[in-house]
Amino acid sequence: MDTHAKHRGAAEYWRRNLRLMAVLLALWAAVSFGAGIFFVDALNGIRLFGFKLGFWFAQQGSIYVFVALIYYYAWHMNRLERELDVHED
Amino acid sequence: MSVMTWTYIIVGLSFALYIGIALWARVGSTKDFYVAGGGVHPITNGMATAADWMSAASFISMAGIIAFAGYDGSVYLMGWTGGYVLLALLLAPYLRKFGKFTVPDFVGDRYYSDTARLVAVVCAIFISFTYVAGQMRGVGIVFSRFLEVDINTGVIIGMAIVFFYAVLGGMKGITYTQVAQYCVLIFAYMVPAIFISIMATGHWLPQTGFGGTLADGSGTFLLDKLDGLTTQLGFTPYTDGSKSTLDVFAITCALMVGTAGLPHVIVRFFTVPKVRDARRSAGWALLFIAILYTTAPSVATFARVNMIETINGTDGAGALYSEAPEWVTNWEKTGLIKWEDKNGDGRMFYSGDARNEMTIDKDIMVLANPEIARLPAWVIALVAAGGLAAALSTAAGLLLVISAAISHDLLKKVVMPGITEKQELLYARIAAVFAIGVAGWLGINPPGFVAEVVAFAFGLAAASFFPAILLGIFDKRTNMPGAVSGMLVGLVFTIGYILYFKGVFITPMAENKPENWLFGISPEGIGTVGMALNFLVAFVVSRLTAPPPAQVMAMVEDIRIPRGAGAASHIAH
Repeated sequence: MDTHAKHRGAAEYWRRNLRLMAVLLALWAAVSFGAGIFFVDALNGIRLFGFKLGFWFAQQGSIYVFVALIYYYAWHMNRLERELDVHED
Repeated sequence: MSVMTWTYIIVGLSFALYIGIALWARVGSTKDFYVAGGGVHPITNGMATAADWMSAASFISMAGIIAFAGYDGSVYLMGWTGGYVLLALLLAPYLRKFGKFTVPDFVGDRYYSDTARLVAVVCAIFISFTYVAGQMRGVGIVFSRFLEVDINTGVIIGMAIVFFYAVLGGMKGITYTQVAQYCVLIFAYMVPAIFISIMATGHWLPQTGFGGTLADGSGTFLLDKLDGLTTQLGFTPYTDGSKSTLDVFAITCALMVGTAGLPHVIVRFFTVPKVRDARRSAGWALLFIAILYTTAPSVATFARVNMIETINGTDGAGALYSEAPEWVTNWEKTGLIKWEDKNGDGRMFYSGDARNEMTIDKDIMVLANPEIARLPAWVIALVAAGGLAAALSTAAGLLLVISAAISHDLLKKVVMPGITEKQELLYARIAAVFAIGVAGWLGINPPGFVAEVVAFAFGLAAASFFPAILLGIFDKRTNMPGAVSGMLVGLVFTIGYILYFKGVFITPMAENKPENWLFGISPEGIGTVGMALNFLVAFVVSRLTAPPPAQVMAMVEDIRIPRGAGAASHIAH
């Protein structure tokens, strides 16, 4: 691959990486700061078995979402790197 | 067999395992010593990171703090896990691509300046010592309570064990010992949690158990019962908070960002072979951490209910002190439980109002929980071994950061660049011995401010490292004057605010209460504001001064793309 195409691949990789990050970080903030803190009282009106929903997000749900976000990011970036040929080895 | 015999057996076996690993993992190069040769499998690294991260505070204190704070305790749960998302998305892959040994390495190279490097070295050492003092204290407490040896003897035994694998094996020894320690600590945490969950609500999974109905067949949800009990006794209802929403946000954010900026966590991602391994490894690390962190709030709920029912009796009239269970008298000896019979009726009573007769230290909840729930002796012994594993694994990781900051960042990079690798390795070992000595001294003579300075560690990491590293990767235009002035403003503001309210080294200048706080943000959460100031100053100053040199801009381009990453090395910039 010539250097020009390579450079374009790198720029495209960075652009799509930033876009994906923005989406995932928005979710990250939504479950923790949103559901767990700022909207906790409103969500506490909803029950999930014995949990008030806002309380559940603050002590359980946000953590599950965090784990899922990282695995999704790792999986998506591996695919993106192969697609744009910027992966290692 | 007695609890003590079981404890000697289980703790003894776990220590023998750690020493065995230390002997197997001796190292001969600085690369092995600082980053375990850069060849650690992502799952192995995830497990080691989990043990590295989960300290005596996570294992021993956290569930206890949540048990007493209820919803307000969520700041620790979200704060100490959410940081991994920032780490995985924003920092770890790029720092891995950068491929050096330490965090000050990145700061010094990216901002082409020894001043920046020195600021980073001082922060790294200060943050790490703050932390390590607490770990050594944790070791001492576990030893004194469960093995009934003197706290000082306990600290010295702990130092000897860490000395073995940190000095001989460096990062390699630490990594594989941490894997073993993770297994010990998670097993020790889960066994009593599962037992207690089954007893209380009939659920195998503690994570669903505390949302379940009581096993007594009444159909009442456990959390509803606890809300009722806490309200009756004059506390804030368990699932409601008493802190202001803004303060909860600020504390959570400071802990998240602080987590992502802690050098002993970041450096673990320098040990994996590839950039994609850094991302995967962060996922595994958080998964392993989440097992404990989603169990902790459940343990907290069970512990609070069990404690109230044991002390106040199931009828709520107070249990007779003469019939108090053994754990009450055992912990009274350590001074962590106190009973003062105010009304002279010979009964204990625990509440959030004037009727209260009990002083209970938060730190004992996890350790006493198996006893409160009357679990078998071997489970109690297991918890002791788990607490030690958590404290020792974190201590070792921190000691390595201190040792690398001295031998690599200070000596090799600034003071005497001429030294050979062999000499640097020798200095690294000497620095590790020195750090263990200081840590032990801090454990034996704990400064009264250990608890206070924990707020420091996170505040400092949030207000100094995180913005400097993040801008270093995502904003090419950030230059040396911007980064250094940003870090200094963030640090001075955060330190100043904490000293103003908490004193620590001086007399506090104002009473530490919400009415006096800036925007109602407590000293624990002020790192969030310090971080924002750092970002702002760094951004503005960078725009007003000359851009960084071309080769630094090229380096930033390079770390953004995975291709071309070699193993971590110290060869040529």
